[in-house]
Amino acid sequence: MSEERNKTTQRLSRRKLLVGAATAATIALVRTATGQQVPAAVPDIPADPTKTQGPPPGTLGSRSPFEQLKKIPSDTSSRTPLQHLHGMITPSDLHFERHHGGVPLIDPDQYQLLIHGMVKKPMIFTLRDLKRFPSVSRIAFLECSGNFRTGREKMTPQEICGLTSQSEWTGVMLATLFREVGVDSRATWFLAEGSDAAVMTRSIPVQKGWQDAMIAYGQNGEALRPEQGYPARLFLPGWEGNTSVKWLRRIELSDKPFMTREETSKYTEPVNGKIRQFSFDMDARSIITFPAYPVQLEKGWVEIRGLAWSGRGKILKVEVSTDNGKKWYPAQLQDPVLDKAHTRFRYLWRWDGNETAIMSRAIDETGYIQPTLEKLVQARGRDMGGYHLNPITAWEIKRDGQVLFRPEKWK
Amino acid sequence: MIRWILGGWLLLAVGCSTNAEAPAFVDEAMPESFGFGRLATEEEIARWDIDVSLDGKGLPDGAGTVPEGRRIYAEKCAACHGKTGKEGPYNQLVGPAGDTTTRAKTIGNYWPYATTVFDYIRRTMPYNEPGSLSDEEVYSLTAYLLHANGIIDSALVLQKDNLPAVQMPAQHKFVPDDRRGGPEIK
Ligand code: HEC
Repeated sequence: MSEERNKTTQRLSRRKLLVGAATAATIALVRTATGQQVPAAVPDIPADPTKTQGPPPGTLGSRSPFEQLKKIPSDTSSRTPLQHLHGMITPSDLHFERHHGGVPLIDPDQYQLLIHGMVKKPMIFTLRDLKRFPSVSRIAFLECSGNFRTGREKMTPQEICGLTSQSEWTGVMLATLFREVGVDSRATWFLAEGSDAAVMTRSIPVQKGWQDAMIAYGQNGEALRPEQGYPARLFLPGWEGNTSVKWLRRIELSDKPFMTREETSKYTEPVNGKIRQFSFDMDARSIITFPAYPVQLEKGWVEIRGLAWSGRGKILKVEVSTDNGKKWYPAQLQDPVLDKAHTRFRYLWRWDGNETAIMSRAIDETGYIQPTLEKLVQARGRDMGGYHLNPITAWEIKRDGQVLFRPEKWK
Repeated sequence: MIRWILGGWLLLAVGCSTNAEAPAFVDEAMPESFGFGRLATEEEIARWDIDVSLDGKGLPDGAGTVPEGRRIYAEKCAACHGKTGKEGPYNQLVGPAGDTTTRAKTIGNYWPYATTVFDYIRRTMPYNEPGSLSDEEVYSLTAYLLHANGIIDSALVLQKDNLPAVQMPAQHKFVPDDRRGGPEIK
């Protein structure tokens, strides 16, 4: 943590902490996710923590007051601070948000999931019912398909692609419920509907329901967060986030898609004069999260760190270039490397103080290699929409140690 | 054209379908039925089953007209979508196909199905009072927006029999995703 901050807090913390007096607080400058110094309340800091008793055990843990991690909200979404995370799990309160009618408040005792349409038995399940079925847990990422921002050099990973997060999801396989209601073998699609103010709907191929779809009620060891669909949501591993309908209240089986607004007007992308629809899978992607703006780099050894993921399976390899894309070297992947999951990669590098650019590219088990933006434009045309953009992200290292995003233009 | 496109979707779904096979995670010990949950009644289904299919299934009785829709639009929608549906501040709704003065995706130049307009407005608009419109109002607003986008005649009385037949200008552009992983970038 920053030098100035430590000095400030020491200057401000002359008062002695009484035993258990956790409420005594002082104002210190704390560095935020975007690198600004902001005043924040931190408890008085004893000069020597071994000479005074700390507060007793409590009912809820807390984040250190020195860790001011924040999502960056807009009217429609808020973004995960990828550059501040360690390992592969996103803390639940930092999971990105994207919703179309705000976060509804739902009483778990009133919650019902209706499954009907082309089924033998149209049924209603309460939350308690859902929890009685055999449960599964799975670590997987969830990413919004509109997860690429560019345009400025001073952008953090959070601003560029903070609409991806990873959790351990727990719930019942949708296939278990499909068996329970007796899905008609002629059903090919199902509608998933949320109980938010958008009453959001998407059509999903039934095949995904049999394969690996889940009705999740748990996230990272506790109930889902309201922002993530409390008390139950659909979770479709590897597919664009919008399809994992939150606050799920209804599933209707059918033999054709419903053509809802979210799969026609939105979440479709112009490609070479056509409009691509039902683009469910998230292609492989990676981003270096350190060093990244606003980090000030020092000469010498640097462990380049980042995340890689693919909606089509496991990450096979991540390659890193430290010479602006001329040569590529394999990065180390942190175990476990999971199917459709954020995978941490690392690459040890010695920066000699010269200007260069560093970048990473993910390769998944289908043999897909994360493309440059130029390659995406070649494949899709200059009019390509903003969904499913997963370009290689380059960080330019300046001689003075500044690390800047390289924004690319294509329109 | 509708037939061809739907055929395409069917292939997409059937081509990768293995419904008959038990999914890999199903345990030998799993019973045919756990007996959890209960049968849903007709009323319970009707309470939530508000979606409208392409063939018009789910469309309610009632009818709406363009002049009536214009009046309701001015009262309940214009503040957010603009006087003529073009000015914002929120989503531009009007922009007839072929109108090169706009880059925005609109009902006229982008939406592939007219039934979606009805379904979406009924489901969630107006944004500040979702679910507050009567079916008649939704028919009228749909009629007005389709007319403003140069798609239907101002005299058409919109109802469940004729709404699904409305041909949308951009429908032919829609194609199913053909990305399949592997080395090719699409
Ligand atoms: C308080 C502001 C507000 C009012 C009033 C309002 N809307 Fe909206 N409308 C929105 C917003 C915001 C969105 C985008 C929602 C989203 O993307 O999830 C939207 C989206 C839409 C869309 C989809 C646009 C697209 O590009 O997909 C339609 C159609 C629509 N509104 C129709 C209406 C109609 C008809 C009315 C009047 C009954 C209305 N709206 C009133 C704010 C409003």
